[in-house]
Amino acid sequence: MSPATGLKRTPLFDVHTASKAKMVDFGGWEMPVQYSSIIEEHNAVRNAVGLFDVSHMGEIEIHGPEAAKLVDYVSTNNAAKLKIGQAHYSALLYDHGGFVDDILVHKVAEHSFFLCVNASNQEKDFEHIRQHNEFNANVDFASDRYAQLAIQGPRAVPTLQKLTSTDLNGIKYYWFTDGTVAGTPARIARTGYTGEDGFEVYISPGEAQRVWGEIMHAGSEFGIKACGLGARNTLRLEAKMALYGHELTASTNPFEADLGWIVKMDKGEFVGRPALRELQQAITRKLAGFEMTERGIGRDGYEVWIEGKPAGWVTSGGPSPTLNKNIGLCYLPADCANPGVNLQIVIRKAPVSAVTVPTPFYKRAKA
Amino acid sequence: MSYPEAYRYTKEHEWVHVDGDHATIGITDHAQHELGDIVFVDLPKSGSKVTKGHTFGSVESVKAVSDIYAPVSGEVVEPNPLLSKHPEKLNEDPHGEAWLIKVKLASPSEANDLLSAADYQKYIGAE
Repeated sequence: MSPATGLKRTPLFDVHTASKAKMVDFGGWEMPVQYSSIIEEHNAVRNAVGLFDVSHMGEIEIHGPEAAKLVDYVSTNNAAKLKIGQAHYSALLYDHGGFVDDILVHKVAEHSFFLCVNASNQEKDFEHIRQHNEFNANVDFASDRYAQLAIQGPRAVPTLQKLTSTDLNGIKYYWFTDGTVAGTPARIARTGYTGEDGFEVYISPGEAQRVWGEIMHAGSEFGIKACGLGARNTLRLEAKMALYGHELTASTNPFEADLGWIVKMDKGEFVGRPALRELQQAITRKLAGFEMTERGIGRDGYEVWIEGKPAGWVTSGGPSPTLNKNIGLCYLPADCANPGVNLQIVIRKAPVSAVTVPTPFYKRAKA
Repeated sequence: MSYPEAYRYTKEHEWVHVDGDHATIGITDHAQHELGDIVFVDLPKSGSKVTKGHTFGSVESVKAVSDIYAPVSGEVVEPNPLLSKHPEKLNEDPHGEAWLIKVKLASPSEANDLLSAADYQKYIGAE
């Protein structure tokens, strides 16, 4: 932590400032928002490869004979179905069905799970899981033991392959392997938050600066760029990947957020299920994608009107560098959330036309 | 990028170039650099009034919206037509081709109390 600002820093802070990155306060973390240009960084990930420091993300490890039971009790997806070496997207919910957080669950061994959680939620998530630990599992706050790097883009495989003996093409999407990267032990997961192929690599914080440098060097022939949180946000928005605090909050539920696919109502009891049973019967609002049809950019928090009347709000919005359009996600009444509905986004008191569109906005071509 | 001696500057990072009873207004190189990739510029129409110290438009980067404040008062003669199609020009040539508006000044002496190029550069160096 920086004594002057009170903000937390990742092990790569010095690398970012040496690269003249623009640093911002992101949920209490002093993080790079951009190195050169958000648009250039975004395009590097779509067309070549980009490297992100996501060491602010939290890690929680759950061990013990009943570890799977605890994971299944506190999260919505079916952890019992995971194979060793497999990961899935899931959510932690409150009793009332709202989001505590959205998470990635990795099954490391028969009695061992590794959770990757949002930076600003990690303490809250840890407490939430501990409170519901009726299974005598060992819940371990492990964030200080990991730095996390995301290598994303169509050239992620050839870049990272230079630094590991693990056959990366052998790791399927949403699977992971424990191996080495640049000679240091690494958990290599084929996951990401960009809509591209790529990896999220968990390593020891003490190795982060060296490994960062080696990846940048390995990717230089492919045009690798260091990428900040600005590009991470435009990339995930195009791919319609939800962001906690925006699409997902304590007062939204998975059905509204179009995340019914990570909720396994039939798997047995879990925190939030009784409330979800009722909520499922009466979905009043839904997340929808929109694009601006007039000049203007609908941004986070802006009001949305239908036929001149308040109907919802923008959860995430901004320019799409890939599509060269202004796009966004918004909550709308459930019967208005289908594509083709005319909207007005209220931009500094003026209604500006937009229309709901199919999502994701961007989908990469299958290799 | 150099800060022309003939311009006057504000602490809100606009510049104004007075020429008789007319003036050209823009944002500074420092401002465009802080904003990052500019993707949208919202400017007043010809004939509208701008008032010194009040916002008259906005510049949007990928991440954020920034208001622009008028360094002088006057009537808009022309908003820069280049910027509706090519907002990115504001990143490339903020002191030249990518000016924002031309105005007919209400009071040409209003620009006198603004910062000189040297004082503005001192100001952003210390900011």
